[in-house]
Amino acid sequence: MELTLWTYEGPPHIGAMRIATSMKKLHYVLHAPQGDTYADLLFTMIERRGSRPPVTYTTFQARDLGGDTAELVKGHIKEAVDRFNPEALLVGESCTAELIQDQPGSLAKGMGFDIPIVSLELPAYSKKENWGGSETFYQIVRNLLKDHLGESKQTWQEEKRRPRVNLLGPTLLGFRCRDDILEIQKLLGQHGIDVNVVAPLGASPADIIRIPDADVNVCLYPEIAESTCIWLERNLNIPFTTIVPLGVGATKDFLRELHEVLGMEIPKSVNESNNSKLTWYSNSVDSNYLTGKRVFIFGDGTHALAAARIASEELGFKVVGLGTYSREMARKVRPAAKALGLEALITNDYLEVEEAIKETSPELVLGTQMERHSAKRLGIPCAVISTPMHVQDVPARYSPQMGWEGANVIFDDWVHPLMMGLEEHLIGMFKHDFEFVDGHQSHLGHLGGKGTENINQKVKSTISNDSINRSEDPIWTLEGERELSKIPFFVRGKVRRNTENYARQAGCREINEETLYDAKAHYKA
Amino acid sequence: MSGATLLKESGPREVFCGLTSIVWLHRRMPDAFFLVVGSRTCAHLIQSAAGVMIFAEPRFGTAILEERDLAGLADAHQELNRVVKNLLARRPEIKTLFLVGSCPSEVIKIDLSRVAENLNIELKGQVTVLNYSGSGIETTFTQGEDGALKALIPLMPKSGQKKLLLVGTLANAVEDRLISIFNRLGIGNVESFPPRQSTELPSIGPETKVLLTQPYLTDTARELKNKGAEIIEAPFPLGVTGSTLWIQAAANSFGIEKSLVDSILNPLIARAKQALAPHVEKLSGKKLFLLPESQLEIPLARFLSNECGMEIVEIGTPYLNRDLMKAEIDLLPPDCRIVEGQHVEKQLDRVRDSSPDLVVCGMGLANPLEAEGISTKWSIEMVFSPIHGIDQASDLAELFSRPLRRHDILNPKTLTSN
Repeated sequence: MELTLWTYEGPPHIGAMRIATSMKKLHYVLHAPQGDTYADLLFTMIERRGSRPPVTYTTFQARDLGGDTAELVKGHIKEAVDRFNPEALLVGESCTAELIQDQPGSLAKGMGFDIPIVSLELPAYSKKENWGGSETFYQIVRNLLKDHLGESKQTWQEEKRRPRVNLLGPTLLGFRCRDDILEIQKLLGQHGIDVNVVAPLGASPADIIRIPDADVNVCLYPEIAESTCIWLERNLNIPFTTIVPLGVGATKDFLRELHEVLGMEIPKSVNESNNSKLTWYSNSVDSNYLTGKRVFIFGDGTHALAAARIASEELGFKVVGLGTYSREMARKVRPAAKALGLEALITNDYLEVEEAIKETSPELVLGTQMERHSAKRLGIPCAVISTPMHVQDVPARYSPQMGWEGANVIFDDWVHPLMMGLEEHLIGMFKHDFEFVDGHQSHLGHLGGKGTENINQKVKSTISNDSINRSEDPIWTLEGERELSKIPFFVRGKVRRNTENYARQAGCREINEETLYDAKAHYKA
Repeated sequence: MSGATLLKESGPREVFCGLTSIVWLHRRMPDAFFLVVGSRTCAHLIQSAAGVMIFAEPRFGTAILEERDLAGLADAHQELNRVVKNLLARRPEIKTLFLVGSCPSEVIKIDLSRVAENLNIELKGQVTVLNYSGSGIETTFTQGEDGALKALIPLMPKSGQKKLLLVGTLANAVEDRLISIFNRLGIGNVESFPPRQSTELPSIGPETKVLLTQPYLTDTARELKNKGAEIIEAPFPLGVTGSTLWIQAAANSFGIEKSLVDSILNPLIARAKQALAPHVEKLSGKKLFLLPESQLEIPLARFLSNECGMEIVEIGTPYLNRDLMKAEIDLLPPDCRIVEGQHVEKQLDRVRDSSPDLVVCGMGLANPLEAEGISTKWSIEMVFSPIHGIDQASDLAELFSRPLRRHDILNPKTLTSN
């Protein structure tokens, strides 16, 4: 049993709903009690969808449990097929139905429909949303293509046509998928590559059957599509790309990988520096101030990994924390963190993430909507890079994350919460003027700089209460405090803690101006 | 008795389960914590319905059952005990802990009352542990509050004092206002249940007269009756008429002179009707369809039809308690169609066929209806907004006139030449 106040991922049947709702002409009968119908609002409120998810909930009640719930399930299945007339039917259960073991999938298969029935088994007590989405997509593709294995196929060169690829993985409630698809289609079009099928988003079961017509699968979101891509490679001999085109470097690498897999020559334009404005903007003089900005990164695996690369290689930030809530992606995130000299934070506990943010005193947080809230409390600027989705993550404007335009969007989204270079320079110059009030930088989170300081003081006081001998805690002199106040607010908490640690080690009872400089030299050395 | 037609329907439902009521209960009693014993679905439901992210540490959470809890490897009771103790160590300000049963905990038959009993012995009164079920296989949306209140009743002290007890969660400001009106009528001893602090429970006895503020408290009303309290029969305090009859019923029960009641209420009624007028103008003659969810559907329909002139197409209600609703049904216009239960697909067919001007529905259905050009109002808003009492009648009407007003702003009628 695990105490949870808030969770990054829903249960696995929500992942299945994301696939079902993303697709067309598909219907999902979900054996579940009435409360589970809340899931509709994720799509109609967060995504502002103008249609209901194609889901029939059996909404069984306690009084049904004594009787024949199997008959109830069959009644709902029949009604759903009659009413919605889908090309394929998904049948599954949520956490409660899993316990009563009606086997709705087998029931549906025994009802004599002439449409494919995909039975889903999603263990609700051990797995989560993204796993459920991945498994559902895999089961749909496997079931619909199982009669098409071993069909012979010619390459694009043999058929003398343009190469074509599938874009696999985009879903509803996935981060900016809607716009990423358009951006990647545009990018591939520029290189003479056609898109065969985009799935699950916008695909019908008939489209899934066309998947084998492609030469290569582009795995855009490994969380959803990797297991499907592996199966398609093994059984239908369709290779897939492994690099996700998030950021300038990754987009280049993706294009190189795709051209190689397709057997195409890598065009020179891939390496041009003006593909995305991010490159020049990052080189411009105003961006000098970005150098070494401390950034904390947390999100789903794909976006956290990409953010770490963009932050460290393309913007010159210093990554001080990297983590994911996705246990399935931990295998990839751990080495990436290690390469940055960090230990990856793998957790589903947002309070642990908040603690880690406090501990590392970043100047920018790149996280989920939950980290945006935590960062706001701490007075640290934040940009959202990953699911879980919030209504703000479905902007009205075109706002991809992938490809060249995606890199432009990322530059703006991450840099705008920070102070501009010239602005930071001026504040540094004038901060001691009487007109200037500390913490006055209202766009840096609602608390300005004060929050970090207060919270860090709170952290400090808990730490000192815990220490064995309180009388050994150093005391700040007035001039020490005055000097500390001149340090930019966003690192002040860290400097305070470091100086105190240094003073303790050095056996200083008092911290004055000089101790502060001694500590600074000590930690720089 | 009015000529309302009562129908029953079954099929796929689209309603919240009782866990959702935690969203307002935890705000009412800030010293209480609501721990759902359930699955990741329960946790996800509450956070999706409540916008939990705005809280640093919310006063509700879920003890999520894992595979080993089901396989019997870990004794679920012991596990829950451990989770509760960790939680209480972290949150020493909690005075009352509600263990809230869910669909999975009911199906695997975790005995929450036994866990609560053992914890109460161990904790020696530092924290009171209670339990109730908010499961979707037994409860709908607002019924969760009924369960939570019923769980508190055994803790209420006995008293022989004559008093008026308002039962059901109200917004604090509305509660203060209603109490001050009763005080002016000469009913001095007015208390509320649930109280604003979980530890300050009102006392109860044969001299307690109960006035229900909400229509979904079936079990609570019965238990209070068993404790000797008298339940005052009245419609619910929504709209000018409902609120007036509600206050009058209490005044009658306390033997207050009619002339005094009239002299105090009449100016309030006149003022409220004046404030209501612009909304009546907007709402009058418009067709209204209420889908089942909050259990407030019947009183709302009564208000919107009798006082605002709306034409009722259908009143959906998750379940119908004829005793508690009798006074309301009597006030409904003749030939009103009340449908108990739901077949959401068939009901939405009826919505489309009747082309209503406004549909009251759950959050999952609102945008799809809006996309079809039908204005909607979220029923969950009724349980969060201060809508009770004579003074609030125009605010209540405004909740329904606003979507119509907005529709007119965004879709201006083109002038047709004659």
